[in-house]
Amino acid sequence: MVGLVLVSHSPKIAEGLKDLTSEIAATHKGIVAAGGLEDGSIGTDAIRISEAIRQANDGDGVVVLADLGSGVMSSETAIELLEDEDIKVKLADAPIVEGTIAAAVSAMVGSDLEAVLKAAEDCRGAKKIP
Amino acid sequence: MSTRVYDCLKSIAEKIIENKDFLTDLDREIGDADHGVNMARGFQAVIEKVDPEDADIGNALKKTGMTLLSTVGGASGPLYGTAYMEAAKVFAGKTEVNGDDFKAAMEAAIAGIQKRGHAEKGEKTMLDALMPATDVLSEKLAGGASLVDALTDACVAANEGIEFTKTIAATKGRASYLGDRSIGHQDPGATSLTMTLETIRDFLKS
Repeated sequence: MVGLVLVSHSPKIAEGLKDLTSEIAATHKGIVAAGGLEDGSIGTDAIRISEAIRQANDGDGVVVLADLGSGVMSSETAIELLEDEDIKVKLADAPIVEGTIAAAVSAMVGSDLEAVLKAAEDCRGAKKIP
Repeated sequence: MSTRVYDCLKSIAEKIIENKDFLTDLDREIGDADHGVNMARGFQAVIEKVDPEDADIGNALKKTGMTLLSTVGGASGPLYGTAYMEAAKVFAGKTEVNGDDFKAAMEAAIAGIQKRGHAEKGEKTMLDALMPATDVLSEKLAGGASLVDALTDACVAANEGIEFTKTIAATKGRASYLGDRSIGHQDPGATSLTMTLETIRDFLKS
């Protein structure tokens, strides 16, 4: 199953989003939160994110979803740090909450990496009020 | 007895930590008021994590980069982290600094920052100090100047770069939300980058 890594400056956002996703996609066991710094403060940490990617990967690859600014930069750095390892990993250009839910549901039904990435990215521009 | 490269990194760390409030105040004007705090936290960790006895400049710079990636927290983490890690590749296995390697390391740092931040010169970022400094360093070295002399002139260019950032609007990062209201303020990243170069200059002179 395609794994998911949730990157936020806030550990609470990443953990909370993981909890929310676990309610909706209960059988997905490869969701890893990588929020904040090691000491719990606000920020993003490329090394932690790269470890989370390793942990989320069961061989089918990993989609990373990030929040703002350095969340994206640290995620790109993390992916680069894993260049020499045999892990298929993609960073989604998607809103983190909606994208994570869509990606988790897609992964749970057995979609491949590209399809899970697309499920997340299809949330871009989604209207909440019709 | 610690190595020269460790002592130099420690001087940079001390300079950044000393200027924590100044850098944060600059960032309060146009950003999210965390540059000094974040950089000070990162460099405090650098002092603790780099091996004081390993004379391999490449190892020391790589460890510095990895440490900044995981401890700075904001955008400066991946930007400075990548810059140090790219510079580390130039100095892999080396224990001495010469002009050619220093220039190559600055160029590698620029390429790393650009890859990470997708920024060009003139966007009110650290590149507005680093790019002109590298141009001047390169020109002076080509003219036969010593590394210290070339770096001294490069620091003048970096300071002019800081002045230049006051005249332009930010188009990258949080300051870009302010648009033209960012004009008149100097860029915190260009400032910390210039402090770094000045510290290396003073260190090489000593």
